[in-house]
Amino acid sequence: MMLSTSSGPRRPAWLGPLIAVVVVYAIFAALTPDTFLRTQNLLTMARQTVVVAICALGMTMVIITGGIDLSAGSLVALTTVVVAWMLQSGAPPAVAVAVALAVAAAVGAVIGTLVGKLRMMPFVVTLGAMTVLRGAAKGLAKEQKIDCETKGLETLLSADVSAPGLWITLALAILVALMLGYTRFGRHVFAVGSNEAAARLCGIDPARVKLLVYTLSSFLFGVAGVMELSTLTVGDPTDSIGLELDVIAAVVIGGAPLAGGDGSVVGAVLGALLMTVIKTGAVHNGMPSWTQEIVTGAIIVLAVAIDRARHGKGRR
Amino acid sequence: MSAAADTPVLELSGIEKSFGAVSVLRGVDLCVRRGEVHALLGENGAGKSTLMRILLGAERADKGSMMLCGRPYAPDGPGDARVAGVVMVPQERTLCPDLTVLENVVLGLEPTAAGFVRRREARAIAERALGLVTEVGRRIPLDVRAKHLGVADQQLVEIARALAQGGAADEHGRKGMAARVLILDEPTSSLGHDDAARLFTRVHALKAAGLSIILVTHFLGDVRAHADRYTVLRDGKVRGEGDPKTTPAERIVTEMLGRELSDSRDVTHVGGYRGTEPIDEAGAEVLLEVDALGGRERPRKASFVLRRGEVLGIAGLVGSGRTELLRLIAGLDDKAHGTVKVHARKGVGLLSEDRGGEGLMLRRSIADNVTLSRRGPFVWKPKEILAEGGRWIQELAVKAAGPWQEVGELSGGNQQKVQIARLLREDYDVLLVDEPTRGIDVASKAQVLSLVRELARKGKGIVLVSSQLDELISTCDTIAILRRGELGPPIPAAEWTEEKLLLEVSS
Ligand SMILES: Nc1ncnc2c1ncn2[C@@H]1O[C@H](COP(=O)(O)OP(=O)(O)OP(=O)(O)O)[C@@H](O)[C@H]1O
Ligand SMILES: [Mg+2]
Repeated sequence: MMLSTSSGPRRPAWLGPLIAVVVVYAIFAALTPDTFLRTQNLLTMARQTVVVAICALGMTMVIITGGIDLSAGSLVALTTVVVAWMLQSGAPPAVAVAVALAVAAAVGAVIGTLVGKLRMMPFVVTLGAMTVLRGAAKGLAKEQKIDCETKGLETLLSADVSAPGLWITLALAILVALMLGYTRFGRHVFAVGSNEAAARLCGIDPARVKLLVYTLSSFLFGVAGVMELSTLTVGDPTDSIGLELDVIAAVVIGGAPLAGGDGSVVGAVLGALLMTVIKTGAVHNGMPSWTQEIVTGAIIVLAVAIDRARHGKGRR
Repeated sequence: MSAAADTPVLELSGIEKSFGAVSVLRGVDLCVRRGEVHALLGENGAGKSTLMRILLGAERADKGSMMLCGRPYAPDGPGDARVAGVVMVPQERTLCPDLTVLENVVLGLEPTAAGFVRRREARAIAERALGLVTEVGRRIPLDVRAKHLGVADQQLVEIARALAQGGAADEHGRKGMAARVLILDEPTSSLGHDDAARLFTRVHALKAAGLSIILVTHFLGDVRAHADRYTVLRDGKVRGEGDPKTTPAERIVTEMLGRELSDSRDVTHVGGYRGTEPIDEAGAEVLLEVDALGGRERPRKASFVLRRGEVLGIAGLVGSGRTELLRLIAGLDDKAHGTVKVHARKGVGLLSEDRGGEGLMLRRSIADNVTLSRRGPFVWKPKEILAEGGRWIQELAVKAAGPWQEVGELSGGNQQKVQIARLLREDYDVLLVDEPTRGIDVASKAQVLSLVRELARKGKGIVLVSSQLDELISTCDTIAILRRGELGPPIPAAEWTEEKLLLEVSS
């Protein structure tokens, strides 16, 4: 019973988003060639994509296991607050960042335990975590922004090609892509999301896989938080509200079904980039922000629709 | 034979297990020797799969002890069991649908260097493992996602995976990982004749290599041909043991049922259905007209007419497009050409061969599954739904704790009955049944087949797809052969014999 004609071996999931980015970019470039094509503009767009892109790396892993993480935005805000708070109390930047990342990873470990060991619904757990972490950030910051000497952290996303933030993002993306695509652990992440019972039968411990996935993804949200601080230069407990939805959108545009079992890091990063291109392009063309929101939303739905049409052909 | 050959590899004693108030196993002793094929038999719901899951560590026994090679054995999970040398092909599909065939086969034993999968080595393992179960020429592609394979191919991949996990596909045999016990839980229920034959050749080779194989099956013929010993489970206890080659089949059946298989026997074993009321070719109302129907790939061309009161059998190898043909008629897949004209007022119903995947809502209750329907009242009281579920449990003798029980908790054969119940309740005019007896025990098999006859007598039109040729001959009015996607003309069942059918199908 060979039904495999249309799908054959895996097609690269990032092909769609790549085409979308190129097409949308080309349209805006044609509309405003003098400003949109400048290297400066490219750099700005890259910088603006960094936070969503790094979060999307983690979210891709989570979504592949069939989960979701709604606490990304809150954790980013909490990280900015922790770093700022540490800096304010005199810690060197390296220590401040290390502590903040440790906090983020610990949060992920707790979520991962609840989801993995206790088999709770990821949606519910992270919905709770979203509120708890937001509250914790506000408490730590005493409900206001924390001003601090950023002691060089602001250069992470400086306005030139040498900005370390860009290269860190690229390196992380490559690392996560390699991990998912080529390591044993990566295989197990896909297996758990695809058929947990089967994974268990093969001697894989889904609880452990999920613990690791949520810990890693929260760690990545922490890294994104440090990048966020670098642009904000203050710790802001009310920052990044709703960021998780942008991140989820990026992952979905990148070709990951929310049901799990599939997903692509490259696709997710391209998805993040696509949203930035639309935003920036709209600004350059003097389009009001509501049009940009409509276009972004439509593209999310369109991306999934195209994916559906390609997969579901024939079989209903 | 040295004494070592007779020493038990596996000894279970006094295994007890209950789920809530339902006690499934009540003190089971089982002894499996080195290098033997041990058949485990019993009715649907007898507890065979449960016992095997306990062996695999996927389930924990309430009481009792296990010994593996003379040492206490209490696996904490399938991973543990595998390290100890116990691997299993479970009854229900357990492939990861989104992973490729290759990834599925090596899942959990990926060869790595610093965490990275060594692709070439992984491919070699997968190729060797698949080579053990498929013949040259009928290759299963390694890079296709598992969900795009048919059920039979998926089953072969699962067997290959178990063999790979048992170390059978290693070049040298992985250190400390050689399998000692291979459990096959109804491995042939979705395989065609040739695939099943090949599997048994493989089983004999593994046995010769010293592996002990536990075979759970409802096919007594296979047991007699391939097993060295058998054990029968009934009501949670061992009710019979012996050598299947010397024990008469009737005796084994009696041990399984606790009574003799009387009335229904005639239904399954007479050669050719010769009903008292031959369908009146011209008179009976036409329910379904299929003309030059073709799918995207298979079938290529199928035409037939189905009348009221007729059972049309479709015989063909796995992969010949039988399932696809039914799906096209039911409108589940898009057709490429041809027409399907349905004259049946009450519509067309399909019994899927893939009960876990699309046939049932495994997480919902029996009652919910049975009553799932497009029709029905706007408001439906939960009590009535349960009552309706309860009625069907009685009707088809489903072994369950009650209508509220989750279908996923039922034994495989009883799940199949629930799926049949839903179809019957809906009262379609035309029924397309795909492997209706898959995984169900001897008595129920006869029951289901006589049910098919009974429905036809009541004026339904039925298209029956089955890999069991005897089943087709004994149940159908006419049988058509589907070969490489083309459906031949229907020929009266009385003109077929099993041998002729087998020859036609595979030529
Ligand atoms: N998780 C569970 N919860 C409740 N009951 C269960 C559960 N698992 C199995 N059972 C019950 O245990 C009994 C034995 O099931 P089992 O699957 O072992 O039967 P089986 O002998 O393999 O039958 P079949 O031939 O149909 O595959 C059934 O009545 C089933 O309903
Ligand atoms: Mg079973």
